[in-house]
Amino acid sequence: MSLPKWADVVLIPLINLFLALFVSGLVVLLIGENPINAMKIMVNGAVGSTYGWGYTLFYATNFIFTGLAVAVAFHARLFNIGGEGQAQLGALGVALVCLALPWPHWTLALPFAILGGAIFGAGWAAIPAYLQAKRGSHIVITTIMFNFIASALLVYLLVGALKAPGMAPESARFPEGTFLPSARDVFGMIGIKFARSPLNVSFIVGLIACFMVWLLLWRTRLGYEIRAYGHSEPAAIYAGISPFKIIMVTMLISGALAGLMAVNAVQGEQQRLLQDNVLGAGFVGIAVALMGRSHPVGVLIAAILFGALYQGGAELEFETSVPREMILVIQALVILFTGALDNMVRGPVEGAFLHFGRRKPKLKAAE
Amino acid sequence: MDLNTLIQILDSTIRLATPLLLACLAGLFSERAGVFDIGLEAKMLVAAFFSAAVAALTGSVWLGLLAGIAASLIFALIHGIASITFRGDQLISGVALNFLASGMTVLIARDWFNQGGRTPALIDGGRFQPVELPFAEALQGVPVLGPVYNELLSGHTILTYVAFAMVPLTWYILFRTRFGLRLRAVGENPAAVDTAGVSVVRLRYSAVLIAGVLCGIAGAYLATGLAAGFVKDMTAGRGFIALAALIFAKWRPWYAMGACLLFGLLDAIGNRYQSIELLGIAVPGQFMQALPYILTVVILAGFVGKAIPPRAGGAAYVKER
Repeated sequence: MSLPKWADVVLIPLINLFLALFVSGLVVLLIGENPINAMKIMVNGAVGSTYGWGYTLFYATNFIFTGLAVAVAFHARLFNIGGEGQAQLGALGVALVCLALPWPHWTLALPFAILGGAIFGAGWAAIPAYLQAKRGSHIVITTIMFNFIASALLVYLLVGALKAPGMAPESARFPEGTFLPSARDVFGMIGIKFARSPLNVSFIVGLIACFMVWLLLWRTRLGYEIRAYGHSEPAAIYAGISPFKIIMVTMLISGALAGLMAVNAVQGEQQRLLQDNVLGAGFVGIAVALMGRSHPVGVLIAAILFGALYQGGAELEFETSVPREMILVIQALVILFTGALDNMVRGPVEGAFLHFGRRKPKLKAAE
Repeated sequence: MDLNTLIQILDSTIRLATPLLLACLAGLFSERAGVFDIGLEAKMLVAAFFSAAVAALTGSVWLGLLAGIAASLIFALIHGIASITFRGDQLISGVALNFLASGMTVLIARDWFNQGGRTPALIDGGRFQPVELPFAEALQGVPVLGPVYNELLSGHTILTYVAFAMVPLTWYILFRTRFGLRLRAVGENPAAVDTAGVSVVRLRYSAVLIAGVLCGIAGAYLATGLAAGFVKDMTAGRGFIALAALIFAKWRPWYAMGACLLFGLLDAIGNRYQSIELLGIAVPGQFMQALPYILTVVILAGFVGKAIPPRAGGAAYVKER
């Protein structure tokens, strides 16, 4: 028996999230802090001020892109674990665009930076995609390998060709014409005071990306083919869908989305190319896609949740003895419960629905 | 390059290959039984932390080793519960465990030792000491063979010899025992094993737990043999290199040793030289670091002999079908 849709989409993820938070609470308790108090500090730090919101949504923007990247691939039953490397290459693309010209205004620089990030991200996903489609090489393993190759490549470029004068292995600062307006600037224009934070217009790009992904997956022929291929490869082949085309196109879109993260992180905040500009966001995308059930709306909500977790975790370190690594633990538990241990929750919930679903007609008969 | 330099490089090759080899053999058991394991890194990391922590607290490296193995086994058990019992996605479970290890170790390290996520430096009894092979000193005078025996083969920790002894042992278990035959069968065709009346679940659990023990030794070696204590994220991707070596070796024990020695050599050369002149071209150090991954992709692509994983790998076994 299958569950009603609301239970599958809302109830089970909520139970999973609750279990993850419950175990995290136990960990906090073991460190000798009060979990309820810790939770309060995190929530307050993440959404209690415009400063908190600024950081929460800034992190969320990164996770929207990497989450969508993983989600799109999931629909074709491909596990793209290479978001990290694709985002690194996306950063390279964005940096090359920003450094190429003395951009006069950000409205001109942004579309080209988006293009640069997307093309480089897609390019980095293209090789594993081709190897999966043509040679059957397992895409999980090849994308993991490409993560490491990407970081070596970036280090090589930043101590060599792209290195700015000085000690630090980083590129030159981008020209001022590429700086994206921050939330403070935007809200300031309409007279609302917003604290200084790295939140910038890329958040809107992220929202547009969510909508475009929804449009692609549920309103286009290509999206239908991607989902059909993900449901059943033999059926898709029988319907005349080419697996090669689907694997390539899906992975290119996925890589491009991961690469777009750099528009927010590199152009929006760091304003230069650093050695590690992704900071694990590629992996957070996996958790976000799992929690969001690979739907753009779910990804958006999960990304904001994880953004709040990252910002709240930073505040937690500031105010208590719970270190920032707590974020990693919570994140791991969310992936574990929503991804790997999903059946542990699903079984009993299905049992409960079966139990109560059956009893109803019996009661009626008794009346 | 003189003999002395060569011996030094090969000596550090052996030291660097040891954790790779142990983790690689761990992956071999697990994946031959049909359970993909990208959480080798996680198991090594928790083992590294708990071995160093217990060795620092008790002063006994052997208790440390046991603690490391126990921690690694707990992680192996979680992987087993998620991917065998609850038939979850083995790859996602591995990803989760990698994060869990990376966060948990620093969290506990800060709570216990308050040294910014590291353990105190281990001294004397807290580390594995080099083992002198018999007659090593006496044979030093013999040209070429003397230094090779004394400086290259002798003087490693006991765990290094354990790691290399595990290679023939793994081969024997997998290819010469009934357990090994069943283990390989369960990775190729679990339904056939089930039909023969052998428990698929029990076989897969034993493979996953063996992997836990081996990763535990690998992690303990990292923190108490190679280094003197735990530092944050000290596995530094070694679990993934071991995974690469496993694919490079096409899931075979002796080839696994070859692959781990090769990747260890690349690491040793990369540590010693910033860049190398090869045929007149300066090869940057970053290329050497990336080479294991590049080679693995080439092997996976099937351009140099195709790597075919165990057929039932990655899929949970559902009995009802």
